[in-house]
This record gives sequence, C-alpha cells and structure tokens, in this order.
Amino acid sequence: MNGIALKPGQVDVSHGPILYLEDVSVSFDGFKALNNLSLYIDAGELRCLIGPNGAGKTTLMDVITGKTRPDTGSVFFGQTIDLLQMDEPAIAQAGICRKFQKPSVFDMLSVFENLELALATDKGAWATLFAKLNGAQRDRIEQVLETIGLVELRSQPAGILSHGQKQWLEIGMLLMQEPKVMLVDEPIAGMTHQEVERTAELLLSLQGERSIVVVEHDMEFVRSIAKHVTVLHEGSVLTEGSMDEVQNDPRVIQVYLGD
Amino acid sequence: MLLKNDKAALSVLAVLAAISLIVPVCNLVFAPGSPLYFSSYTVSLLGKYLTFALLGMSLDLVWGYCGILALGHGAFFALGGYAMGMYLMRQIGSRGVYGDPLLPDFMVFLNWKELPWYWHGFEQFWFAAIMIFLVPGVLAFLFGWLAFRSRVTGVYLSIITQALTYALLLAFFRNEMGFGGNNGLTDFKEILGFNSQSDSVRACLLMASGLILMLAFLVSRWIVNSKLGRVVTAIRDQEMRVRFLGYRVEMFKLWIFVFAAMLAGIAGALYVPQVGIINPSEFSPLNSLEIVIWVAIGGRGTLYGAIVGAVLVNYAKTLLTGWMPEIWLFFLGATFILVTVLLPDGLVGFWQRRLQEQKQ
Repeated sequence: MNGIALKPGQVDVSHGPILYLEDVSVSFDGFKALNNLSLYIDAGELRCLIGPNGAGKTTLMDVITGKTRPDTGSVFFGQTIDLLQMDEPAIAQAGICRKFQKPSVFDMLSVFENLELALATDKGAWATLFAKLNGAQRDRIEQVLETIGLVELRSQPAGILSHGQKQWLEIGMLLMQEPKVMLVDEPIAGMTHQEVERTAELLLSLQGERSIVVVEHDMEFVRSIAKHVTVLHEGSVLTEGSMDEVQNDPRVIQVYLGD
Repeated sequence: MLLKNDKAALSVLAVLAAISLIVPVCNLVFAPGSPLYFSSYTVSLLGKYLTFALLGMSLDLVWGYCGILALGHGAFFALGGYAMGMYLMRQIGSRGVYGDPLLPDFMVFLNWKELPWYWHGFEQFWFAAIMIFLVPGVLAFLFGWLAFRSRVTGVYLSIITQALTYALLLAFFRNEMGFGGNNGLTDFKEILGFNSQSDSVRACLLMASGLILMLAFLVSRWIVNSKLGRVVTAIRDQEMRVRFLGYRVEMFKLWIFVFAAMLAGIAGALYVPQVGIINPSEFSPLNSLEIVIWVAIGGRGTLYGAIVGAVLVNYAKTLLTGWMPEIWLFFLGATFILVTVLLPDGLVGFWQRRLQEQKQ
C-alpha cells in the first residue's frame, strides 16, 4: 500500500505537472467509461473539466482518488508517486482531496465537528481516540469557518444546512485537509447567484497554492473561473484550450448540440 | 464533564448504583419477612439482568454507533463465560463426583488421562481474568481483520457473524473439544475461595456486575464522545466519505468491534457464576438475535437505551416464561415489530421526544 518513494508530503513536480494520467481505460460490463484517456494537470493550475453526461468525468475522479481501479494505464502524483498502488485513505493523506457531486457532509455532526474530522493530522485509531485540538488547529478551523461563511452555524448539526451551505462546508472540509490537489465535482449545484460568485472567488484565490480540478456543467461559471478547459467525450479527451477556443471548436459544438 | 446536562444518563447511573448497592446490602442485613428484605432470588435475577445490560450496551457500540449489525455478538459473551467457567471448574478440585484432583468430572468420564494444554493456567484467577477479555478480543480481531479489510458490509457481514457463532455452537457441542460438550461446565463450588452458592457471594456478584457495568458505561461514553467516536458515527452514516478524508475505516471498525467483544466477554464471565452453568446453547444464533432486539427496543446509539432495553426485555421474559412459556417468542417478535415500526428510536428515544414536547 505504499507507493511513496520520497518522504510523505513531498511531491516531485519538477517537470511541471502534478497529476499524470496516461492511457487510462476503465470499463463497466463492456461499457468503456474511460477510453485511453491521457491528461496532465500542472502544479498550481485551475483546470475545468466539461463534457456531456456519461463523458467519464466522475469516473476520472474515481480513478484518481483510488475508488476505481483502471483496467489499463498509469496514474502518477508528481513524478514518483504511483497512485495505482495506493488505497483511498493513502491517496487522501498524500494530498489529493475530493468534493463529491452530491454534498456528503456528516448530518449528525456539527459544522465544527465536520471540519475537525477533516483536519490534516494523524488519522490512526489510537491517535484519534486521544486527539485534542491544539491552539493552531483551533485557529485553522476558525479561519476556514470564516472563509466558508458558516461561523454562526458552527455548533448546528450539518443536517440543517441548505444545499448551498452544505456545498460550502464540503469545500471547507477540503481546505482542512491541506490538499495539494483538490478535485471539485459540481461545486455550485443548488447555490444562489451570490453564493456562486463567492465560490468562484474562493476557487480563484486558491489556485497557485494548490492545483484545482473542477467538474461543472454551468458554462457561465466555467467561463468565469477557467483559463484552461478540457472537454471529455465518450471517455477520452476531445480537446483542450481556453474557454473561447473550446467553445468555438466544431467538434465540441457537435458533441453538445448533437448532429 | 462527561455527564454534564445529560439527565437520562445520570438517572440510569443513579438507578444502577441503587440496584448494585442497596439490593445486595438489604439482602444480607435484613431478615426474610422484613419489608426491606430482597430475596436471594431477586438478587441473582438482578445480577443476571445487569450482565445482559452490559452485553446489550457492548452491542450498541458496534451496531448503534458504528452501524455494524453483528448477529453473532453472543459468541463473545459465551467465550468470556467459558473462560470463567474453566476457572470455576478448576476450583472444584477433588470435590468432584470422581474425586480427581486435577481433571474435571467430564474428562474423567471421557477417560481422559491428562488435562488438555489449554486448561492450564485457569486454576489461577488472574489468568482466567485476562482470558475473559483476551479470548473474545483475539477472536474479534481475527474475524474483524478479515471481514472489514475485505470490505464486507451490510447483510453479508451480518450473515457471517451469525455463521461464526453457529460454528462455535457446533464446535462446543463436541466432547473432543474438551469443554464438557453438550452439558457444558457446571457444579461449581467456589469462587475466590468462597462458596459460590452462598447469599453473600451472590450479593457480591450483583454488586460487581453493577459496578463493572457503570464503569463500562462511563468508559464507553468517553469513547463515543471522543473524536474516534465521531469518526465511528461518520462511518455509520457515510463510510465512503470517511475513507476519502484519509481515515482507514477498517481500523476504526476493528477497534470498536474488538472493544465491544471484550466487554461482552466480561459480561459473560459475570453471568456464569450467577447462573451456575455455561453450555453451548449460549452460542445459539437465537441468543445473539435477542441481544439485537434488546438494543432496538431500548433505543440505539445512546448506550443507556441498550441498558434499559436489556433489563426490561429480560424482566418481561422472566414474567412471561413463568406464566405462559409458549407465548414468549411470539411476544418478543411482536414487540420487536411494534417498536421498529412505531418507535424507531426505541423506548428512550420515545421518552426523550415526549420530554421535549412537554418543554415546548
């Protein structure tokens, strides 16, 4: 379960990309969810993935986070860490964190406790049993509460939050994990117009420090944040480029509008 | 701190303290006929209920908090019981029917010449006391290690826990196993040098059961209120999500499962001297199902709900099996269905909701 050659926490990005996916194929009962897909994500970039339903966006995230094992291909984190040798918790601890399409926060726990669970720290069973928050960790949770605008709701159970607030809480949980790569699946579903704007600001402010991969259907939102867009279709990369380039690509138009 | 603002937990603790201190003292101090006298029958009955309460509470940790519907939890109770039974057998010494100083009666009867290796050490109480939680703990560890690592969950896991206890039932029935086969271990004479049938020993056993239950309750409460407790609840609600937060879900399940198995073993060890026998029927899958029903009726995920459920259901069992034994299982089944349909949070959940409504 250990694909780490450098010290934990060290990712070799000296050649630029932080994620390398090469010739990745996944099939479910004969259906090719990913078909020889190759994709590189640079360190610090904000990348948007778009594509019609069934293009393989969620499967791609499943492969990167260890939920789904590809039939063929290779997936590397930096140049040295082979993600296919690691399971989900190991990948998460190495610094690849994921927000799910359906907001999945822990309804029974308070907002604060949700963030506390996500906190980057020793996640062994015994360490967790005796865990106590220190000052710096408390400050970090406060800081994230502020960033996601849920300071007042900190002691409320997460179950009572609105859909948009749950999305924010989940983004907050990502931040607590101090990730190097954030995979964000449909961050703005169920958000009001204002919330969408704040989400865009937040994601933009985070790039550079971390790499962010956003999957989103809302083209207006994608246009507002993305410099670089990758279009997936039938399990492979159809094209890549700026939003304008991509939107004017006849193949993309055909895929979205049909023949 | 641990109990601040939790009236339900405090009242359960107070009742437990009263039962485990007042009842045995009154039994010993007052003469039969006095209004303050509790009969020895009551003492041993209450002692038995409290061991069931500990067993139910240990299942609540696994099922109510971690969402693992273990249908073989009785196996750990029985193993703890057998460990205690082995100690009690060794205490009989040469007072058995056959008068063999070393071999228990059933071994003489089977023409065994030597004490099997795994019976050594049990003449010492400290050794037996360790085995009482070590044996269930090791079995739970091996079983959980294999099951949780292969990500067996839900109904499949429930079925294999049931198979585990059934396999042990069949194994312990065999005379060759060296645990007394069908008849199990019984005819105990002494515990720690005292006559195990005497009133004062029964009173002490009730006291010990109550105190250990209270201690186990406080420790379990500390665990479920710790961060580990929150991870465990999170696993119950969204196992996949917890993995993506970087927690090794199987390790947390294993931790709570092994801890609960140890508590169940201790409960079994307290049960055996109070009823005077341990036999393979304790491994019966039906027993394990009954534990689940206690917890469901009392209310899951509160710890004290399981205690209340175990005591009430077993009290009803004592009453009904004395009055009309044939209807007991129908009654249990009907109650289980009614509670599941009408009171999904069990009796304590129902009371708590009533109290809240009154406040508003």
